Amino acid sequence: MAESKPPLTGPSDPSGSTSSTSSTSSTSPTSSTSPASPTGPTAWIGQALLYGLFALVIGLFSSWPPYRHLAADQALIKLSFSHTGKPVSDCAAQSPEQLAKLPPNMRAPVRCPRERSPIRVEFDVDGKAALRHSAQPSGLSKDGASSVYHRVQVAAGAHRIAVRLTDDVRSAGFNHVREATVTLRPAQILVIDFDTSTQEITLK
Amino acid sequence: MAHIGSSVQGQHSVSRVREALLARYRGLEHGFDAAFGSALNPLRHLGALGFLLFWLLAVSGIYLYAVLDTSASGAYASIDQMSREQWYLGGWLRSVHRYAADAFVLVTLAHLLREWLFGHCHGFRRFSWLTGVPLLVFVLISAVGGFWLNWDQLGQFSATATAELLDALPLFATPLTRNFLSNAAVSDRLFSLFVFVHIGVPLLLVFGLWFHIQRISRAAVFPPRALTLGTLAALVALALARPVLSQAPADLAVVPQLLAFDWLLLFMHPLMYATSAGTVWLLLAGSLGLLFVLPFLPRSVAPVPMAVVDPVNCNGCRRCFDDCPFAAVTMVPHPIRSTRQMAQVDADLCASCGICVGACPSSTPFRSARDLVTGIDMPSRPIGALRRQLQERLALHRGSNRIVVFGCDRGARVDAVAAPDVVALSLMCTGMLPPSFVEYALRDGAAAVLVSGCRAGGCEFRLGQRWAQARLAGAREPHLRAAVPREAVATAWADAGDEGALHGALNELRSRLRGAAAQALPARGTAHG
Repeated sequence: MAESKPPLTGPSDPSGSTSSTSSTSSTSPTSSTSPASPTGPTAWIGQALLYGLFALVIGLFSSWPPYRHLAADQALIKLSFSHTGKPVSDCAAQSPEQLAKLPPNMRAPVRCPRERSPIRVEFDVDGKAALRHSAQPSGLSKDGASSVYHRVQVAAGAHRIAVRLTDDVRSAGFNHVREATVTLRPAQILVIDFDTSTQEITLK
Repeated sequence: MAHIGSSVQGQHSVSRVREALLARYRGLEHGFDAAFGSALNPLRHLGALGFLLFWLLAVSGIYLYAVLDTSASGAYASIDQMSREQWYLGGWLRSVHRYAADAFVLVTLAHLLREWLFGHCHGFRRFSWLTGVPLLVFVLISAVGGFWLNWDQLGQFSATATAELLDALPLFATPLTRNFLSNAAVSDRLFSLFVFVHIGVPLLLVFGLWFHIQRISRAAVFPPRALTLGTLAALVALALARPVLSQAPADLAVVPQLLAFDWLLLFMHPLMYATSAGTVWLLLAGSLGLLFVLPFLPRSVAPVPMAVVDPVNCNGCRRCFDDCPFAAVTMVPHPIRSTRQMAQVDADLCASCGICVGACPSSTPFRSARDLVTGIDMPSRPIGALRRQLQERLALHRGSNRIVVFGCDRGARVDAVAAPDVVALSLMCTGMLPPSFVEYALRDGAAAVLVSGCRAGGCEFRLGQRWAQARLAGAREPHLRAAVPREAVATAWADAGDEGALHGALNELRSRLRGAAAQALPARGTAHG
C-alpha cells in the first residue's frame, strides 16, 4: 500500500527534517554569500520601518478616506414591493365533453390559470417619470410574486410623488394609484410599498 | 490562421508584461532582504502569513462571538459596550480581529500576485492554483459579512449594498433588499443568517485551504517565528494605537452619512454605486474567469520529463519521499526485494526539480560503475551525465586553482562566471546536487567548490535550497562528509539576475585560495631549508 506524504510542519525547524541525521556533523561551508539574516541597527530600523508601513497602510485604509454615500442635502426614495398579480385570464367552466377527456381525479368543473399578471408600475417624482417598469411574475409557471426595487435620490425638501400600479392584464389603466406631497429631511429614506392586506400603496 | 497568430502574439505580450513585473517584484523582494534577510523575508512567506492571520482571526473571533448578542436589537449594544468598557481585552481583540482581516486580504492578494508573477499556475501547480482561486470568494464573503454582525451604520450600509448587489442577479423570488426597508424588517432570524455567513463561510475556507495545500509537503501553516512575532507586534500595536469602535447604531430610516470606511474590505460597495451592480458582477466574474483560465493557457516552456525510479538501484531508504517538496513520491512494496519498499513517482505531482536525485544515496559519484545509474533520476539530466561532465571539464582545465561551481537553472546563471579556472555546471535545482559530488570534485582535482542556488526562502521548488544547505552543513541526509575540508567549500545563494553576488563569492573563494597558497609557500620553504 502506498504511504502518504510527510506531515505538515512549520519552518521553525531549520532542517525541517524528519529523516535521521544522527551520524552527521553540523559543519557549515566556510563561506556563505546570501543576505541570510542581516543584523545591526540598520536592519532593525529597516524592519521597524517596513512593519510600521504595513500597519500604517492597514490602519489608514481601514477607515480613511471617509465615504459619503449620499450628499448632505439629499434624501432617498425606495420603491419596493413584492406582490402577486391577478390571474392572466378568468376561470373557465369545463364542458362535460372536456371533463370526460380528463382522468377522474382531475375533473374540476372550473379551471383557473396558474399564470399571474405582470405588475406594471409608473413612478413620478415632481411630475417627472422616475420609473416605468413591468415586473414579471416569478417561478417557472409564472405563478409567483412580482418584485420591484428602485431607488431614487432626491434633494431634501417637498416633493410631489405619484405611484400608479396595475396587477391585472385584463383591465386597462391602473387599479392602484397613490399621489402625495412628502417633505423629506436630509438623509431620510422614504419607502413606498404595497400592502397586500389592505391592497394599498403605502408611504413610510 | 490569423486568429491563431494574434492569440500567440497576445500570449507573448502577456508573458513580456509578466517578466517585466517579475523583475520589479524581485527588486522589491531583494530590498526587503536587506532588512529581513532572505529566509525571513515576509514577501517569501505570504502564504504562511495568510495562514497566521487566519488563525488570528479564528482565535479573536471565538472570543468576540462569545460576547456578541446575536439578536437584531442587542448586537450593536453588546459589541459597543465590550469595546468601551472592556477595551483592554474585548475591545483590543476586536481591533486585532478587524486589522487581521484587512491584513489577510492584502496578504492573500499579494500571494496571488506573486504566484502569478513566478508563473506558478501551470503544470504540477495547477491544482494549487485552481483550489486557491475560489478561496478569494470565501475570503471576501467572510470579510464583508463581519461588518453586518456589528449592526452599526457601516454594517447597515454594507448589508444594504450587498443585498442590492445580489438582487441584480435573478436568484431570489423576493428581493433581499426588502429585509432592509425598515428597522422592523430586520429580525433575529436575519441575524442568524448573518452569523451563518460570518462563521459558516470561514469554515468552508478552512476546508478550501486544506485542499489548497494538499499537493505540497511540509506546507508552512505558520511563518517563521521572527516573522510571526513581528506581524503580531505590528497588529497589536496598531490595535492599541487606533482601536476600532462602532459607528452610530443602524437606523434604516436614514441613509448613513459620512462613514469611516474600510476600503480594503468593502471596496465593492462604492464601486457598485459609482458604476452599477452589473459592472461589479462583470468585473468579479471576469476576474475569476481569467484566474481560472490562466493555468490552461498554452505556454512556450517545453514540459520536462518527470523523475523515474530504477528498482535495481532503489533500496527504499525513503529519503526522496522525505525530501520531495510536492509529495510526488510515495513508497510502495519493492518489486524485486520483498522486505523493502520502493519509491514511486506520481506524474501529476512531479515538478521535475530533481531534488529527489540529490536525496538518493545511490547518486554518489564514487560508485565504481562505469555508467552511474541512481535509484531515482531525471531522464533529461541524468546524474551519470553530471559526473561525466564534471570529469571531462576538470580534465580540460589545467591549473592548481580550479574551482567547480554547481549552480541552479532558476538562480543566478553560472555561465556568467565562466573563466579559465572555473568549471561551471548548472542543475535543474541546487537540491538536485548530491553532496558527495562536492567531495568528488575536490578529489578529482578541484581546489574548491562553490555551490550556488536561489536565495534562502526563494527556491523555485520550495525546498531545494533549504535541503542543499542542510546537506552541506551535515544537518540532513545525505550529508557532506565531515572529512571534506570546509575551507574548500563555499555557498552563494543568489537569485536570477543576482549574478554579481555569485561573481563576488567566486572572487572571495579565489582570494582565499591565493592566501592559502601564499601561506603554504613560506612553510614549504622552511621545511626544505
